[in-house]
Amino acid sequence: MLPTPAHHSATPLIKIENLCKSYSLQDANGKTITNQVLFNINLTIHQGEFVAIMGHSGSGKSTLMNILGCLDTPTSGAYWLTEKNVATLSSDELARIRNRNIGFVFQGFNLLKRMTALDNVAVPLLYAGISRANSRKQALELLRRTGLENFAMHQPNQLSGGQQQRVAISRALVNQPPLILADEPTGNLDSQTSREIMSLFEQLNRDQGITIVLVTHEDDIAAYAKRLIRLKDGHVIYDKNNAIETTSNQSASVHAIHDHPQSNTD
Amino acid sequence: MNLFSILGEALRALRQNRLRAGLTMLGMIIGVAAVVLMLSIGQGAQTQINQTIASMGSNLFIVVPGATSAGGFSFGSGSVKTLTINDAYAIAELPSISATAPVTSGTAQLNYAAKNWSTIITGTTPNYFEVGSWKIESGTIFTDSDLRSATRVVVLGSVTAKNLFNDEDPVGKTIRITNRPFLVVGVLMAKGQSLTGRDQDDNVFIPITTSERQITGNQFPGSIRHMLVQGKSAEDMDIAELEITQLLRQRHRISGTKENDFTVRNLTAIADIATGAAKVMSFVLGAIASVSLLVGGIGIMNIMLVSVTERTREIGIRMAIGANQRAILIQFLLEALMICIMGGLIGLVIGIGGAWLVSQMADMLIVITLGMIGLAFLFASAVGIFFGFYPAKKAASLKPVDALRYE
Repeated sequence: MLPTPAHHSATPLIKIENLCKSYSLQDANGKTITNQVLFNINLTIHQGEFVAIMGHSGSGKSTLMNILGCLDTPTSGAYWLTEKNVATLSSDELARIRNRNIGFVFQGFNLLKRMTALDNVAVPLLYAGISRANSRKQALELLRRTGLENFAMHQPNQLSGGQQQRVAISRALVNQPPLILADEPTGNLDSQTSREIMSLFEQLNRDQGITIVLVTHEDDIAAYAKRLIRLKDGHVIYDKNNAIETTSNQSASVHAIHDHPQSNTD
Repeated sequence: MNLFSILGEALRALRQNRLRAGLTMLGMIIGVAAVVLMLSIGQGAQTQINQTIASMGSNLFIVVPGATSAGGFSFGSGSVKTLTINDAYAIAELPSISATAPVTSGTAQLNYAAKNWSTIITGTTPNYFEVGSWKIESGTIFTDSDLRSATRVVVLGSVTAKNLFNDEDPVGKTIRITNRPFLVVGVLMAKGQSLTGRDQDDNVFIPITTSERQITGNQFPGSIRHMLVQGKSAEDMDIAELEITQLLRQRHRISGTKENDFTVRNLTAIADIATGAAKVMSFVLGAIASVSLLVGGIGIMNIMLVSVTERTREIGIRMAIGANQRAILIQFLLEALMICIMGGLIGLVIGIGGAWLVSQMADMLIVITLGMIGLAFLFASAVGIFFGFYPAKKAASLKPVDALRYE
């Protein structure tokens, strides 16, 4: 990798250029149908941002999230995550990035069943090669911070939705990633619990500078984010700072002309 | 993720599905138990044959008279009395031969106190005991001077001694053989069955001279039933056989193309055939048992494939939080391997228990070696890795996004 440029703020955490994604399907007659989901997406997200991605179902927001999370690969275009071109990485390297650099929070919590909250939080540490005892120690510390200390030995089905989501957030945080990707994290929660979870995200963003990218279709949830991106039929149709409507924050076009320190030898 | 943690995960997964894991394990248990049982029976049979062969004495020939024919009519071996004591003494002088023992035999009634017993009376020379690998339990064998003066002394086989004397010490006592008093000088150690299944211990031995003159009588003086010949070395058995044949043809004045009036049998060769047969048997038994191990392995593969499908979402979650393909592969492989190893251990215990039971009930010799245990274990692990690999590979090569979306 080339040396990092001097101005840290100028180095985007996420940089997407002309990204397209299409799926090929076979119809009943055996003919291949290509279904394009994302069209030439250009996006730059800096360290410390809190971004909400909104759109109707079928707008491509989940596909974009999967690509951002290195769970799926783009059909064409480039995606740099912390200066690494994700498209060129092997599956092992992608697993490593998902483990160290990204924390996932899902709508359905996606905790491992029949495993205590403590062990659930500890799993990413185990995959990072940390011993079981140390993993548990660190996992307990995180549960303490999210206020679930007393539920450490509970299994997911013994916890409420809000508690499960907080366990999931603890799990996402345990390897101290710079980026958290949350896919409709409040979709299965009531409004009171949703507010609690969102304040937790807000706090993580404010106090620890963790970049948060959130997918939602609820306006009041998106209101917690500082920047709002709207997708429609696979295109970015809106990208503005939430608080200050007036500034010309056309991130997508502005950042697109930035030099990026990427080389293919990475 | 270190191996120890993955091992813990695999154990947890098995515990979550106890019944299924147990039933799958049953396939391995039965397979390994069958292999251990069959191998131990086969090995036991082989050992038993080896013991019998060792008890026979080494480098042994048996020379029997006969195989003569008269006017195109063939008599069986031993049907004519062409072999004599002097033939035996002459053969003993050959360079490739270490000793010979001429044998006459007949049956007779034995009496001691109120008991009587009918058995085979073997008349022979003191050499017989060494050539035939007999060991003495108590007393001594008869001597060359007993042979020369045809004294009435007898050495008892262990079964005969037991039948006549029970727990009494027979040495020094006098028994009657066809009403003539004989002094018991020794009792032989038990040897068990011969290769043909005859009880070698129900037998009494007296000097061949005494036998000929006083017990069996003999219309052909000096003729014998057969003789044992011991070669000097295992390598020179072929030469020894040739020398015996040449000497006997010469002594019996058989010239040119005329057939021998005697037969020389190499007992070691017969023993080799028996050993070979036992080896084939244990191989066949083991092979049959291995089939059940194979079936157990297929069961494991089946269950692991179901398990991978069922846990697709779990695999997706694990991949999302940082599991690489190798970690997933190892997790599922270890699950399969653990079923095999646990099943193998239980099967081993059951197999050994079964072998013991067989040895108790069927009075068979059972041999369990460390090598066999190792083999069964190795085989079980190999089955686990072989049949566990495909499902594990399938799990590991799932795409994270597809696995996560799976309902």
